[in-house]
Amino acid sequence: MNIKKNIALSDSGYLFNPSSGESFVVNPIGIEIIDLIKQGKSFGDISKNLLQKYNTDEATLEKDYFDFLNMLRINQLINDEEKNN
Amino acid sequence: MKKKTINIAISGLNAIDSPGPGMAVARGLREAKSLDVRIIGLAYDTLEPMIYMHHLIDKTYQLPYPSAGTDAILSRIEYIHAQEDLDIIIPNFDAELYSFMKLEETLKKMGISMFLPTFEQFEERHKINLSKFGEKYDVTVPSNLGIYDTNEIPDETELTFPLVVKGKWYDAYIAYNKEQVKTYFNKISAKWGLPIILQEFIHGSEYNVTGLGDGKGNTIAAVPMRKQYITDKGKAWAGISIDEPELLELTHKFISATKWRGGFELELMKNQENKYYLLEINPRIPAWAYLSVGVGQNIPEALVKLALGEKVTPYSNYDVGKIFIRYSMDMIVDRKEFEKLSIDGEL
Repeated sequence: MNIKKNIALSDSGYLFNPSSGESFVVNPIGIEIIDLIKQGKSFGDISKNLLQKYNTDEATLEKDYFDFLNMLRINQLINDEEKNN
Repeated sequence: MKKKTINIAISGLNAIDSPGPGMAVARGLREAKSLDVRIIGLAYDTLEPMIYMHHLIDKTYQLPYPSAGTDAILSRIEYIHAQEDLDIIIPNFDAELYSFMKLEETLKKMGISMFLPTFEQFEERHKINLSKFGEKYDVTVPSNLGIYDTNEIPDETELTFPLVVKGKWYDAYIAYNKEQVKTYFNKISAKWGLPIILQEFIHGSEYNVTGLGDGKGNTIAAVPMRKQYITDKGKAWAGISIDEPELLELTHKFISATKWRGGFELELMKNQENKYYLLEINPRIPAWAYLSVGVGQNIPEALVKLALGEKVTPYSNYDVGKIFIRYSMDMIVDRKEFEKLSIDGEL
């Protein structure tokens, strides 16, 4: 699983899918998660990273992470066949 | 060295809420680096806005409606040609294309070139023949039924609602029951004639491709776009250029299989399963084609060069993520201009 290669994400959180022409806005934590996924980090790495930085517990983070991932998948921003870790 | 001025007549000057393509074509020609053009407008109605946009249209002549027959059109073109020494005509209305296709040889002998689809291409892609087209070229299309009478509307149990009721040339309405199908049948047929097409309704997002085929199977230009803002008439009021290999592949396939000659527009719907359905093939440059100019593929310019028999290098790329946003604006026009056009038939 990875973010589709052609997806453009700017520092402001504006995300553009050039295949579908759809655009989205993600918040700063969303940008961070997408960057980490792009770097090929596993859920374990991402979870560890975010738990160190933000005041939240593991269960909440896991739920929010997979909700976010699901939103990316529904909007076809994720390529499930593209593996890099 | 000064370039020779090319005299180009264009129609589709109705820059209204359901706009003709004249505006996009004229702007593309004005911005064409390789051409020096004089643009002659061909108008059907005295209130087509572009008639009065003198920065785009140098001179306008009224044309008889296609229903007047090709002789009447030819006679009017002969008059215009005598005044303007036309090099090229770009007809931009679906409803007039057939007449111009019939006149292509005659006009060629007069020194006027066009770059239009052949009769076979024009007929084959017609709304009423879309199912056969899909089968022949292995393209997914919604199911279609052409009817000439309200008695031919199938029983409600045989229909899946909603469905789209479409006119031969223009107009489309979504019907939710048989009564509505009848109402729209009468409404559209009164305006555009028969047949009326009943088309399966596909839920999803609307995508379009505009392009240009050289008549030998080569793609000269192709720009896909996703509609972002759609008017109540179903017209794109804003759209964004996209990079969708599937749509470009479909376009190349369409051009190479049909050896399409001229400009065109593919109208597609992508459903929830991300499957594209080809809804319609319009045999001319679409009203939103200025986006193609804006992203680096000047389709009107390339079409003129093909019409002049020049070799045209196919465009290979375009800017992705560029948005067109249409707008409306009021012009203040002196009554004298309107009067001159109404009385003399030219302005």
